[in-house]
Amino acid sequence: MLMWVFLGSECMFFGTLLATYLIYYGQGLPGTPTPGEILDIPTTSVSTFVLLMSSLMMVLAYSSISRGNVKNFRIWILCTALLGSTFLGFQIFEFTEFAHEGLTPKTNLFGTTFFTLTGFHGAHVTVGVIWLLSLFGYSFKGDLTKDGGLNVDLVALYWHFVDIVWIVIFTVVYLIGVTNG
Amino acid sequence: MENSPHTRESAHPTPLTYVKIAAILVIITAIEVGIFYVDALTDVLIPIFFVLSAVKFTLVVMFYMHLKFDERIFSWLFVGGFLLATFLIIALMILFGSL
Repeated sequence: MLMWVFLGSECMFFGTLLATYLIYYGQGLPGTPTPGEILDIPTTSVSTFVLLMSSLMMVLAYSSISRGNVKNFRIWILCTALLGSTFLGFQIFEFTEFAHEGLTPKTNLFGTTFFTLTGFHGAHVTVGVIWLLSLFGYSFKGDLTKDGGLNVDLVALYWHFVDIVWIVIFTVVYLIGVTNG
Repeated sequence: MENSPHTRESAHPTPLTYVKIAAILVIITAIEVGIFYVDALTDVLIPIFFVLSAVKFTLVVMFYMHLKFDERIFSWLFVGGFLLATFLIIALMILFGSL
């Protein structure tokens, strides 16, 4: 139950970051990059696909541990962590490209709010990947099937939450942001 | 009520259902990206994006986060936070003249 309270509060956290992004949308300094000029929809679509697939791997891991199949659980949880790391790789690539094209958190309000929002999301994904890998390691020592796989269920809820936050960011910041910007 | 994320585990979907949901999520994302490049839809793109995004969001929350099968209190906790965040975004945008 506390996990749901935590996720509810996380909604508020990302809500404020998104509100800040939207409030300052279109108020960048003249001559600095805008969302329409710099955001790369094809690349981000691929990273979105990667994150969606990681959520599928996560539910398959949870389904495996619920049925007591630790071997399959290890495979799926490792796939989830791998896809999560791939998503982070895409984000690092994107941030580096933006920096080369002249957009940093200091450039304009778009840069500040964009990097804060997506950066915090990336930090959440990083925490998730560490959590997933620690559970993978723990599966060799402890019993993950006790309490109906509660430990796995908690990381699964967290991981899917990170996924739905990205669903919102991809739509609002990227698709709508580029359409308007 | 137990101190766990859910209490009705037997009602959870099968792996095949999870794969079907993933396929729907990928198809919706492909549609989003596809219509993004259709110039004729420019005027109606934003509402379409919101609807498609809401469908994806709901599918993940209902099935992958299994709220559809859990105690109502968990739904209220999460939906409460989500609605509060939505109202916060709208209120701040109105306050700062962005809406």
